[in-house]
Amino acid sequence: MNFEEYAAKPLLAQSGIKVPQSILVYHADAAGEAAAKLGGCVVKAQVPTGKRGKAGGIKLADTPDEAKAHAEAILGMTIGIHTVEKVLIEEKSDIRREYYAAVLNDPVSKGPMVMFSTEGGMDIEEIAAETPEKLKTHAVDIRKGFSLEDANTLLSGVDLEGAEAGVADTLVKLYDAYMVNDAELLEINPLIVTGDGSVVALDCKFTLDDSAIKRQEELAKNGAPEKLTELEARGESAGIKYIELDGDVCVLANGAGLTMTTMDVVRHHGGAPANFCEIGGEAYTKARFALEMVLAKPGIKSLVVNFCGAFARCDVMMEGLLGAWEELKPDIPVFFSIAGTGDEEAIRMLKDKLNMDPLPNMSAACKAAVDAAKGGA
Amino acid sequence: MIIPRKETRILVQGITGKQGTFWTERMQEYGATVVGGVNPKKAGTEHCGVPVHASAVDAQKDTGFDATLLFIPPLGVKAAALDAIEGGAKMILCLTEHVPVHDVMYVMAAAKEAGTRVVGPNTAGGVTVGETFMGFMPAFNERIFKKGTVGVLSRSGSLGTLMCQNIVTAGYGQTAFVGIGGDPVIGTTTRDALEALDNFPGTEAVVMVGEIGGAMEEDAAEYAKTMKKPVIAFIAGGAAPPGKKMGHAGAIVMGDKGTYASKKTALEAAGVNVLSTPVHVGDALNEAFK
Repeated sequence: MNFEEYAAKPLLAQSGIKVPQSILVYHADAAGEAAAKLGGCVVKAQVPTGKRGKAGGIKLADTPDEAKAHAEAILGMTIGIHTVEKVLIEEKSDIRREYYAAVLNDPVSKGPMVMFSTEGGMDIEEIAAETPEKLKTHAVDIRKGFSLEDANTLLSGVDLEGAEAGVADTLVKLYDAYMVNDAELLEINPLIVTGDGSVVALDCKFTLDDSAIKRQEELAKNGAPEKLTELEARGESAGIKYIELDGDVCVLANGAGLTMTTMDVVRHHGGAPANFCEIGGEAYTKARFALEMVLAKPGIKSLVVNFCGAFARCDVMMEGLLGAWEELKPDIPVFFSIAGTGDEEAIRMLKDKLNMDPLPNMSAACKAAVDAAKGGA
Repeated sequence: MIIPRKETRILVQGITGKQGTFWTERMQEYGATVVGGVNPKKAGTEHCGVPVHASAVDAQKDTGFDATLLFIPPLGVKAAALDAIEGGAKMILCLTEHVPVHDVMYVMAAAKEAGTRVVGPNTAGGVTVGETFMGFMPAFNERIFKKGTVGVLSRSGSLGTLMCQNIVTAGYGQTAFVGIGGDPVIGTTTRDALEALDNFPGTEAVVMVGEIGGAMEEDAAEYAKTMKKPVIAFIAGGAAPPGKKMGHAGAIVMGDKGTYASKKTALEAAGVNVLSTPVHVGDALNEAFK
């Protein structure tokens, strides 16, 4: 779960990192009032995505009127897939240097990774690509933590023009915030050194580990919910992963890997998947609801049902599906591929109830669904 | 140890639950050497014909288990795995999905120090065909698993199952299946599993089932280059839109990282035959064994 800047920065402050004063507002008038309190300020669009500056979502303002005018322009603006609904009015900082600092879950060392670069301000992909030699990293044993000594080792040989102690201290506090908040990623970019030598977090990106939400419920309330379509939101509330796509061939399968592959094979045969809908893991008993979900999308032309039982049992999934069939009466052609745990029973149920047989394999089922979609066009 | 053998002494933590019970029975029917279970509330009783212990540490004294299988809810995994490590587990196989990543990393650090192999989390388990299995795989289904010479590894259980079925349909069989799991931080990587299968007796070819996201397939390609046996791969998610998590927490394309194209290019450069659909595995094996 991603957090917007205004919700991420207080987490840094709680761990003792300096952040500029700021006020969150939803209207241009309020932006003017906030600027009157803060003086010279920056108007910053609050959306859970990067590249806000390039999109024109961050503007400097010297007066309250200027802040109000910028807020008027920025509110309602589209950045990426997001519409700006709120802006952060932040006191202007005296920037002498811009650095980069982050802690993230590293799949290679299988532990936290602390990262620092003197090349702040640009995104990490650019830093890694353009000045990899300036990117300093330290793999942490999560049982032991990240000490001031570790921070000093990480920064050794880097000239920070007198800000060494402040930066090292900030890295230790950043690691603390990362741990306390079950972060997947906690990034300060830029981490600035001001004219008077203070080390301040000017922007912050925080991603909460989705698997930790159940023990971080209070924190998660401040996160930016993923932008979902109506159908996707329905799926989420029922515990089914449903992603709406542009095509007309519906996909219903169990397990993430199998569902992705079903989409791939539909594409391979020249079709376009209408959705990703998987009922693997504990969701395998929800086939009935899943059928209702996939059929609810307008403009669909065919459906491929691909069950390959491992943990999920084909017979249980088929039972749910057939239970919904009567009520939903799909008016598009449906093609089945069935294998794995409980497959014989599922195939028998399909024959008994609908007098249908599965296709010999998933490729055949996907091809038949693509052909049906094209034929009906 | 990544691939358990018939004589591997298996402990089941969370044996008394519904899934723990169902799959322990399947494992026993298949011939797995299940030596005990763990549930602190039912210590001293018997379940599935084996003694239930209060902890893995306790179980070690009576059973001398080698490997442990975790049927444990997400927030209990850290404590259960640390118990297993303290109890001298050589291998921990964790099926649980949605384990907080900080907990996984804690377990990984402790496991590394103790020399314990972790497989998963968020895996469907592994099958050593004709010998044993751990997890929830349809090992007993003869249209999916048949003794043969192909080693199979997969991030996804369902897709791995489908690939195994296609291998049997094409007239081949497997030595072992290794499910490594769909989470972003996992104990056993694609490369680790590839190496284990390469060295497993009787394996003459390896089929690797990957997914978009991360860089594990690219890393495994480095090892594949050094192999004499043919390697065949399928990468799921070529049609997935970027920036969306496709069910598995690890399966997400960010920018140009973790893309289908990057994985395909790296694998092909290593001489791996990358399939356009799983059904083509039969043709690829015919070609490899020609």
